[in-house]
Amino acid sequence: MKVSRRVERWSPLIVLIAVLLLWQLVVVAFGIAEFIFPSPWQIALQFAEFQSALLEAAWKTFWVTMLGFALSIAVGVMLGFLIGSSRLAYTALYPLMVAFNAVPKAAVVPILVVWFGIGLGPGVLTAFLISFFPITVNIATGLATLEPELEDVLRVLGARRWDVLIKVGLPRSMPYFYASLKVAITLAFVGTVLAEMTAGDSGIGYLMQTAGSQQRMPLAFAGLVTIGAMAMAMYELFSWIEKRTTGWAHRGSQAT
Amino acid sequence: MSFVDFRGVWLAYNDELLAQGHYAVEDISLQVNNGEFIAIVGPSGCGKSTFMKLATGLKMPSKGTITIGGAPVTGPLKISGMAFQAPSLLPWRSTLHNVLLPLEIVEPYRSSFKNKRREYEAKARDLLKSVGLAGYEDKFPWQLSGGMQQRASICRALVHEPKMLLLDEPFGALDAFTREELWCTLRDLQAAQKFNVILVTHDLRESVFLADTVYVMSKSPGRFVVKRAIDLPRPRDLEVTYTPEFTDIVHELRGHIGASRQKTGSPSAAVS
Repeated sequence: MKVSRRVERWSPLIVLIAVLLLWQLVVVAFGIAEFIFPSPWQIALQFAEFQSALLEAAWKTFWVTMLGFALSIAVGVMLGFLIGSSRLAYTALYPLMVAFNAVPKAAVVPILVVWFGIGLGPGVLTAFLISFFPITVNIATGLATLEPELEDVLRVLGARRWDVLIKVGLPRSMPYFYASLKVAITLAFVGTVLAEMTAGDSGIGYLMQTAGSQQRMPLAFAGLVTIGAMAMAMYELFSWIEKRTTGWAHRGSQAT
Repeated sequence: MSFVDFRGVWLAYNDELLAQGHYAVEDISLQVNNGEFIAIVGPSGCGKSTFMKLATGLKMPSKGTITIGGAPVTGPLKISGMAFQAPSLLPWRSTLHNVLLPLEIVEPYRSSFKNKRREYEAKARDLLKSVGLAGYEDKFPWQLSGGMQQRASICRALVHEPKMLLLDEPFGALDAFTREELWCTLRDLQAAQKFNVILVTHDLRESVFLADTVYVMSKSPGRFVVKRAIDLPRPRDLEVTYTPEFTDIVHELRGHIGASRQKTGSPSAAVS
């Protein structure tokens, strides 16, 4: 029992190390060229060599993503609140939002460049556009799943719609909200890198694009790893906040 | 003058049903005295819950008039508290804060909630204590058993001191022993505070044990078919449910339910 608990705790790290070892082994065993598929060791060497450039690019990508993500939380929550609390708004807006969400964001970046020029604008906006939808849908779902009996109990007391939303709807939608943040943050990184690759002048996306065009595969891979690590860290942060604030929704898993 | 007064009340849920003459309840008339405990029994789907919505002002009648506490009903009645079969407590609030919820909403408590928070908390604790939940105030709903959750739900319905308590099959989901315990809890609360109770149930023993008057409702049309005064002396002990007088009344009411069901052609169903 105790041993299996410990294994579970360390399992992500064990899997990571196993994958890296396998990767290294395959590259060495088949003699794959560096410019086609670099080994983890070669990527690690790039990290050491281009440490400052990678850090600078990562920092840039990080805060552009955070700006876009903050925007998507603000807009996503407001829209979700609107369509979750009003059936009219739901019926009117939902089809349009679905259509909008289906538009490939890569196709939108050139348009954003025309409007805002090369630089910050397209990155922030792409990160926002790609990540607000799950937040909206989750908040709306949380608000819409209110038991009719409970609503009666409160309405009899003279509760206004607003009371019901604030006292019941909003707390109830919090677990959905955090679940959506975890999806949205990874999407936001995708959005930023996408914009940087097509129309950036800095950031990890730009670095990867440049490295790729110079056939410097290990550096491009180092960029990929950096993005992955940042997204993973943010995901863990939101998981942690989620457990702290909405423990009531996860009691089943804590009881074991 | 009676506290609750229904005169010739009909309700169709929307205009379309009204035009077709499909009513959820038909020609309901009843007069309830101050402090009276009434029970409404009948097969499922007979319009008992519709009656609840009318009595709380959540629905307006299509025909007829409803007067409660001397005033015609025009909207949700704040002098009433409700509890249902599902306790529907909020999982992120402790038992105490679930019970306090109505005070955050209903006037005059709402405006003084911040200033008098301590006083209201003490009041809620007293109420929880009176139903045997002392020591569980700071537990969360999922840490309580089904019976305890239902006790808390009844406290939530009573915390703003309503003149009328409406219960829609409140003990339906509980096991037989817990149910009988809660009957006694409700009996004692009502004896102490003298509020009106309208109890909707399909448990005949429950209705006879608790109520002063039992109304039997028929299914489609949803009408009252029998009014039966229960003259068993109070306070009633659980022992009374094993006496011949008690059984006779239950038997008699059961006969009416059977009769009211035969019209729809279905065989009798188990009514505990």
